[in-house]
Amino acid sequence: MLPEFSGVLLFFVIGLIFLWFVLVLSRLIQPKGLMGSDKYIPYECGEIPEGQAWIRFNIRFYVLALIFIIFDVEIVFLLPWAVVFKQLGTFAYIEGVIFIAILVVGLAYVWKKGDLEWVKSDDLDAMKS
Amino acid sequence: MESVAQLLEKIPKYDALPETISALMPILASSVILFAMLALAVLFMVWLERKVSAHIQDRLGPMVVGGWHGWAQTIADALKLLLKEDIVPASVDRVLFKMAPFIVFLGAFAAYVVLPFGSSSFVTDLNIGILYIVAVSSLSVIGIIMAGWSSNNKYSLYGSMRAAAQIVSYEIPAAVAIMTVVLFTGSLSMVDIVRAQTGGIQNWFLFRNPFLFLAFVVYFIASLAEVNRTPFDLPEAESELVAGYHTEYSGMRFAFFFLAEYANMFLVASVATTLFLGGWTQAVPASIMPQIVPGPVVFFVKALILIFIQMWMRWSLPRLRVDQLMYINWKVLLPVSFALVLGAGWMATL
Repeated sequence: MLPEFSGVLLFFVIGLIFLWFVLVLSRLIQPKGLMGSDKYIPYECGEIPEGQAWIRFNIRFYVLALIFIIFDVEIVFLLPWAVVFKQLGTFAYIEGVIFIAILVVGLAYVWKKGDLEWVKSDDLDAMKS
Repeated sequence: MESVAQLLEKIPKYDALPETISALMPILASSVILFAMLALAVLFMVWLERKVSAHIQDRLGPMVVGGWHGWAQTIADALKLLLKEDIVPASVDRVLFKMAPFIVFLGAFAAYVVLPFGSSSFVTDLNIGILYIVAVSSLSVIGIIMAGWSSNNKYSLYGSMRAAAQIVSYEIPAAVAIMTVVLFTGSLSMVDIVRAQTGGIQNWFLFRNPFLFLAFVVYFIASLAEVNRTPFDLPEAESELVAGYHTEYSGMRFAFFFLAEYANMFLVASVATTLFLGGWTQAVPASIMPQIVPGPVVFFVKALILIFIQMWMRWSLPRLRVDQLMYINWKVLLPVSFALVLGAGWMATL
């Protein structure tokens, strides 16, 4: 008997083969290097690009990713709870309520700290002055 | 899958094959069928989107290629993309740039392996089905960040950062909404979830109780954001970011991103169909009316209705601002989805 995930692996492999086949087919029939070398410059509305695009970006994305990780792990913990929920009954329900309540306290804290706001209040002050 | 296995039995000397190969053959055959079917479905959906958008805007849309209402337009477009030069800009990170379309595409397509289109038409039935879908479909975020970062283009970078922030944020309400269904089925397997809804429209989870109905609404909104559809299309916002994370892609590599986008659209519609609309089961129970229509047809009709609603919203609503996007997710959908889990759990213990 094959392991349960062999079908999934096979599906991945078929997908890769399909993509690779289409790319090779396209490479065989497409034109190459017509019309000079300017088209290999990154697109910036027709201008010559100003500096690199590999720059530092806003820290907010990082904070957001941290909050996401916390809630995503929480979902991973809650899913097994949801699966056995019916067999355990009221006891499991109360436990679930406590678990979610702890997380809601965390959400309330992040909310209060203002990390859920995209436009921070000090940004607005800076814009006004 | 069982019918595929029966067909394969008819091949002469099929029994003589070694056991590992004969066990893999049905999976292989059904995967190839699924791939072909998906390619057709995507071609159809692209045509449908152009027609729906045209008629909403009082236009006709494509009318020439192929004769009847331009049905062959997307086939012509696919051939055109195949013939286009595959431009790789000089300043990109070549390895990441070439890998990104593969990952985005596979993240969208790999989830199809567990979708049950009919009572026996699925490739495999994993016992963690829905968790597998949630996990694999978030793989495409990695591909999107790779595409945006490796392109060395400012529009790509902004588009990919926005896309990543949006997709990971909206994954949480979507997964919590999925959990409300799991509370009632006690199983993560997609087939078991559909089996729990047999016996007519009143047994579909959508109409089972008010908490599940609201969970469907939460899932639908969050899934729109996960597939970057309007009103949540900030990552691609044409008027400000050119094309978002795939600005620098051309030819077939662009086509893979495009395919992945429509495959994702169909995926979220299929997941919503399976979880809330009873999958392949029919609205009228078998005791009243004989079930003549085959399961996959019922499934596709339900999924296409949801896709039509997605398109309808795209051409009716304006795009949100970034701060509104974050507000809706973290301050509305997330608390609401937690309340729904507690409410649905309370209903399930009764």
